[in-house]
Amino acid sequence: MRHIAKLMVASAFTALLATTAQTTVSLAQTPKDTVVMAKQIDDIISLDPAEAFEFSGVEVGANVYDKLVGVNLADGNKIVGELAESWTVSPDQLTYTFKLRPGVKFHSGNALTAEDVVYSIQRAVTLNKSPGFILAQFGLNKDTVLDKVKATDAGTVVITVSQPFAPTFFLNCLTSGVASVVDSKLVKANEKDGDWGNGWMKLNSAGSGAYKVRAYRPNEQYALDANESWYKGAPKNKRVIVRHVAEPASQRLLLEKGDVDMARNLSKDQLAGVKDNKDVEIVQGTKGYILYLGLNQKNPNLAKPEVREALKYLVDYSAIEKNIVEGTYKHHESFLPNGFLGAIDDKPYKFDVAKAKELLAKAGLPNGFTVTMDTRSVNPITDIAQAIQSNWAQAGVKLELIPGDGKQTLTKYRARTHDIYIGQWGPDYLDPHTNAETFAINADNGEDAKSKTLAWRNAWDIPEMTKKTQANVLESDAEKRAEIYGDLQREHQKVSPFVIMFQQIEVTAERKNVKGWVIGPSSDTNFYAPITKG
Amino acid sequence: MAAAGKSWAGHGIHWGRIATRELSTVAITIFGLLLVTFLIARVMPIDPVLAVVGDRAPADVYERARLDLGLDKPLWHQFAIYIGKVFSGDLGTSVLTAQKVTDDIKTVFPATLELATLGTLIGVLIGVPFGIIAAVYQGRWPDQIARVVGLLGYSVPVFWVGLMGLLLFYAKLGWVAGPGRISVVWQDYVTPVTGIIMLDAAMQGEWDAFWDAFSHLVLPASVLGLLSIAYMSRMTRSFMINELQQQYVIAARVKGLSEFRVVWRHALRNAIVPLVTVIALSYMHLLEGSVLTETIFAWPGLGRYLTNALLNADMNAVLGGTLVVGAVFIAVNLFSDMIGRLADPRTR
Repeated sequence: MRHIAKLMVASAFTALLATTAQTTVSLAQTPKDTVVMAKQIDDIISLDPAEAFEFSGVEVGANVYDKLVGVNLADGNKIVGELAESWTVSPDQLTYTFKLRPGVKFHSGNALTAEDVVYSIQRAVTLNKSPGFILAQFGLNKDTVLDKVKATDAGTVVITVSQPFAPTFFLNCLTSGVASVVDSKLVKANEKDGDWGNGWMKLNSAGSGAYKVRAYRPNEQYALDANESWYKGAPKNKRVIVRHVAEPASQRLLLEKGDVDMARNLSKDQLAGVKDNKDVEIVQGTKGYILYLGLNQKNPNLAKPEVREALKYLVDYSAIEKNIVEGTYKHHESFLPNGFLGAIDDKPYKFDVAKAKELLAKAGLPNGFTVTMDTRSVNPITDIAQAIQSNWAQAGVKLELIPGDGKQTLTKYRARTHDIYIGQWGPDYLDPHTNAETFAINADNGEDAKSKTLAWRNAWDIPEMTKKTQANVLESDAEKRAEIYGDLQREHQKVSPFVIMFQQIEVTAERKNVKGWVIGPSSDTNFYAPITKG
Repeated sequence: MAAAGKSWAGHGIHWGRIATRELSTVAITIFGLLLVTFLIARVMPIDPVLAVVGDRAPADVYERARLDLGLDKPLWHQFAIYIGKVFSGDLGTSVLTAQKVTDDIKTVFPATLELATLGTLIGVLIGVPFGIIAAVYQGRWPDQIARVVGLLGYSVPVFWVGLMGLLLFYAKLGWVAGPGRISVVWQDYVTPVTGIIMLDAAMQGEWDAFWDAFSHLVLPASVLGLLSIAYMSRMTRSFMINELQQQYVIAARVKGLSEFRVVWRHALRNAIVPLVTVIALSYMHLLEGSVLTETIFAWPGLGRYLTNALLNADMNAVLGGTLVVGAVFIAVNLFSDMIGRLADPRTR
């Protein structure tokens, strides 16, 4: 039924659009100094940088707040000073001293001082919301933070970490949204019942960044006003309005008609459709999201090493890329996304039914077996799952798809009651440890484990690899660090119960007169300030 | 309803007794509604904590959020706490929007109200005359046309009609505005008072914004209206056919009244009582919010709010939204009963 409906829409759409494209001469109807986007923003649960941890919320934070350090997208994501003009690391790698850029002001007009930096870190680790662990993993928590993070004068912040971590690791973590510097005076003024201003910050902003939040209406839109006195120079536009448009087909119509300047969530079909529109162009950026299958090791068949390897040979990667996800995902088989320190591009597995059959026979399953996969009922997940189903059938593996809503399949996955889960994983911060931790650390495989990584969710018991991965954060030499992550991934590809298949490409379709939009490797690096409308 | 109406008519209307009875029915209905919704939402295999902290939160953060939501307490206890709060007018906070559910409803309900009202108006103004004409010309070509329109309205999926409508009237012809409630240019000119943008704009004298909002509203309302037209024309037709076969119609014709008077003054008057119920039912249905229409037209209404809340097990929002739907249902029902009583001389 769904397919018939989809076909109806697709066919009628094509027919009508074929004529529409030529006859409509549309002029951009949005004000020249205002950038209007159509985007799915219903994932936002908070604009508070200490709490926001979903794609859209983090993206707002990146445009509203400044951090001590950031990454230079043009130079291999190298760490550069932002609010910190310079910094030094003590020889024992335990103490970092940051010198602040003088003269920076918050949107409120308050001066940004070392006290604000201390307050922001204290606030983030004390609130300890979802992204709090990014700072907490350095030994900062609500009891220790004031001893470990100090303002020695108005322009100097000294931070002491608990172990001699790789400086790249600590600094990469400081580039994430949770380390944003907030206006302590303004936040304190909006505090209620000792909530550190969290209630107010969910919907408002107290930053120094390129924009300030003018109005945010959940599930509807947010509007940002440019901060003319931003320390990097005034943004190239005066205002950014992002409207929640859930339906990609509606996003496409708004874009082609010129009622929005950018459409952020077009699917493969719609992208193919707008390709011929001479008023529209497409911007791509490689994102850190990895699409993979998780094979639960509690299932005796999936626990066999030969079966795990056979299934990696049984996915027709190139056909799926070409036919289902072209332009929105690319083939990728290792747990670190391209663009990360230590990422490798090895692709040891190709679709090879004979090889897979051989491995299955070795595992004592020459006639295959039956297994289930929990599948979110959204595209392209459903289509990919169906393609895999037919791939596996060729070697006798009967895959039953269990459709469900996102939160429903996730609940089951987190309880380890699945056989196979098809899902996406995005890095939490711009350091290789984030994915290494979840894909290659399982400190305790018990049901009540404290840390429930993806390795844990798939009941993959790996004491050796866990130790190795944990040690990687202490390697201070960046080059050596890249090398050991490369080795780790090669081993992981061979033995892990993860069939890593694709890396996401984020795509924006924009009006031709829009210039300057660059899609960064994470939501933390999607910046609005350079966007202009010619 | 008719039986109840008769017995009241016999003794004169005891408003006090009626009010008490109606109120207690309302209270029981709403309580039952909340209980069932609560249980359904709680047995769904979706972890509500995920909506609060996301998939990545460490164990301690997850656990604290679970306690904050009161999920460690037994079900009946959770329900009792909730009911207690409802009585003090507190519907709690939605975890998805971080706002009070009452505030959320104040913004999403007017959006739906606006859409449903215009949709119903379109349905009544076109569907009812259509149905009457179909009844009068039963079996002949006007009837066939009405039948085809009705069939289309029923059987063509609403998202398809919506998308096609957008393509044709927005993208191709440019007669109406696209998805959304108001254009970016006008959005700062209207201060929300009632939340119904057209009404607010009119009250504040912002006529350009008014017409812009109207231009956004007219297409989604027509899509909903098409459904209404289909339903109302079919119902009107059958009520009218029923009335036109009655003896009083024959008597009127024998008396030499014009066909126009027979149909529009006599038969229609008698068909009005059941018709009002049908209109009310259709209106109530639209007031629950139409998820598909709201999604396609980027309309921030009740239907989308409730669906989103349900898919994320956002308990307070689900219950609050359901409560509103229930209350509206009861209110419209009461209202249509009253109109029915006023329109039917036997109940006076």
